[in-house]
Amino acid sequence: MANKYWESVRVMLGGAPRKSQPGEYTEEAKTIHFYKKSEKLDFDALRIEAHEHQKKGVWLRRRWITLLVINLLFTVSFWLDIQILEGALTASRFLGFHLIDLNSALQVMLAHKHIIVNLFIGTGTVFVLWLLVGGRTFCSWACPYHFLAENAERLHVYLVQKKKISDHTFHRGVRTVFWVLFALMAIITGYTVFETISPVGILSRALIYGPGLALGWVVLLLLFEVFYSRRAWCRYVCPIGLTYGMVGVFSPLHVTYKLANCHHEGECKKVCEVPHVLDCVIKGRAPTAQLDIGADCTRCGMCIDVCPSGALTFEIKGLRRIM
Amino acid sequence: MTTDKKPAVPGNRVVNKRKLEERRRFLRSIILGAAVLGISTLGYIPVASAWRVRMRPPGALEESDFLSSCIKCGQCVQVCPVQAIKLDDIDHGFGVGLPYIDSRSQACDFSCDAVQCILACPTGSLVYKKPVFMPTRNGMRVANPPILLAKEKDPEPTLNIRERTGLARLARPDACLAVQGKGFKGQARGADFKGRMRFIEVDRWKPIPLRDHPFDLQLCDLCVRTCPIKGAISLQPVVDKDGNTRMTPTVHEPCLGCGVCEMICPVESAAIVVDARKGWGA
Ligand code: SF4
Ligand code: SF4
Ligand code: SF4
Ligand code: SF4
Repeated sequence: MANKYWESVRVMLGGAPRKSQPGEYTEEAKTIHFYKKSEKLDFDALRIEAHEHQKKGVWLRRRWITLLVINLLFTVSFWLDIQILEGALTASRFLGFHLIDLNSALQVMLAHKHIIVNLFIGTGTVFVLWLLVGGRTFCSWACPYHFLAENAERLHVYLVQKKKISDHTFHRGVRTVFWVLFALMAIITGYTVFETISPVGILSRALIYGPGLALGWVVLLLLFEVFYSRRAWCRYVCPIGLTYGMVGVFSPLHVTYKLANCHHEGECKKVCEVPHVLDCVIKGRAPTAQLDIGADCTRCGMCIDVCPSGALTFEIKGLRRIM
Repeated sequence: MTTDKKPAVPGNRVVNKRKLEERRRFLRSIILGAAVLGISTLGYIPVASAWRVRMRPPGALEESDFLSSCIKCGQCVQVCPVQAIKLDDIDHGFGVGLPYIDSRSQACDFSCDAVQCILACPTGSLVYKKPVFMPTRNGMRVANPPILLAKEKDPEPTLNIRERTGLARLARPDACLAVQGKGFKGQARGADFKGRMRFIEVDRWKPIPLRDHPFDLQLCDLCVRTCPIKGAISLQPVVDKDGNTRMTPTVHEPCLGCGVCEMICPVESAAIVVDARKGWGA
């Protein structure tokens, strides 16, 4: 069990997904793999049949609505002075409860080297909240930059398909390096260096307090992602995602993969922001009949939306047994 | 190059191609790292060269502590009844998202009495009382608890705050209407000015637009009559070199640097200004 968590952390930090060793396959998984090998699947027929059951874009819709509501709630709370959600994404008060973004809080603590009670309470609230819903849920369900980057990503993928541009990848490990560097810079310089370039903070403030020059930086980032490297900021730089990812390692909410349902078409990997977590869907890879997708998953549900055979679903641990 | 050197090994081409791509990716990653670090440290320039010395909201920690502790949430912005607080932009480097007050366009007149912005701050960047280990420069602390004129008749007339945000100074005595012996009639900053203030004689709690409260004065003393702090400023007679006695606004030690005098001064640009983060006697 501990092994599984360690593996998902290792992959999140930048390690390449490991192929399962022959001894690691359960009997059940072996049987399924065996039948899949011998079976000749009529993919087209399966696809047509499965697509009929598929509810298109359900999670996408739910997620975008949530994301927009959260971010606009900040804006209207201020503009209409209704005081539901005051502040910005870095730190806020929801109906009086302190909420503080974990990564911003960390940067401030490291830079300032002094922690007051409110900061501590707010961090605790958010920690518990995101521990429950799953670490990188923040990314796809609340982060305003995600919303823009996701659409920039679509454009990028389209341009690559049209062969107008080519995609350039980086080593995923740089995100971990950045995390450490930003932490070190905060400690050494005494400034929250990361916050200066964080498009998340910049966008959140722009939405609430009005646009400024800082949006230029966000535009540059998006252009870089559209024309040079797919989803570069989130994949290779953003320490916020990693901070939340670490919190979410043990969270009970997961995307779960069911080997038996899978037709290995790989649709899910095409839409996923973090396709390395979906390596188990490659034919013959999954060591167990059912497994949880790793900690780097943002719980966006995009793979669930596109999977024509229902092999991927949201699951809450423990609840399965209760129900 | 590498393929030229090891032509003998069969099947090496594929491996080399992958290796090459891996090496390229590694190099790219290093460049990416350097670029992001370079860009993020650009934030130093405006901070180190102190392009504009901003006035921070009341109760702010000393600048370096303020820069490191503020989480840039703007909760202080949201609670201010006169919306005196604004957030800085990226041309302020590490100061991006940090709250400041531009007194000339909207001063803090302590409309909130309790200093709401301090209450709202989640990180302790704004505080009534600094922790002992945090330094305060000389002259920043006021000698006696400041008395807020708006609540002078309350049982507890003083403000909770003991440190100034800056200090007022008659920067252009020649332009000052009082020094010239002139009066003032009309809206202090004209009909277009959006700034707001509370006037005790209008409403103890509700700030109104400055333009809705015109004046008719024999001798201009706007800065003196609108200053919210008791004993911070007064008109004093001085004898000039021609032997004439003139009245001149004089700033005293209780001045908190709130900026009301700078906001209301009807001459363009203001004859009296607040030097942000300046202490008494500095
Ligand atoms: S990785 Fe960062 S920018 Fe991307 S979605 Fe997550 S928090 Fe937002
Ligand atoms: S695995 Fe699925 S839910 Fe997780 S990030 Fe990828 S597409 Fe989204
Ligand atoms: S103290 Fe001044 S700046 Fe702060 S909330 Fe009150 S009026 Fe606004
Ligand atoms: S409330 Fe405090 S932490 Fe938030 S922006 Fe204002 S000074 Fe900074």
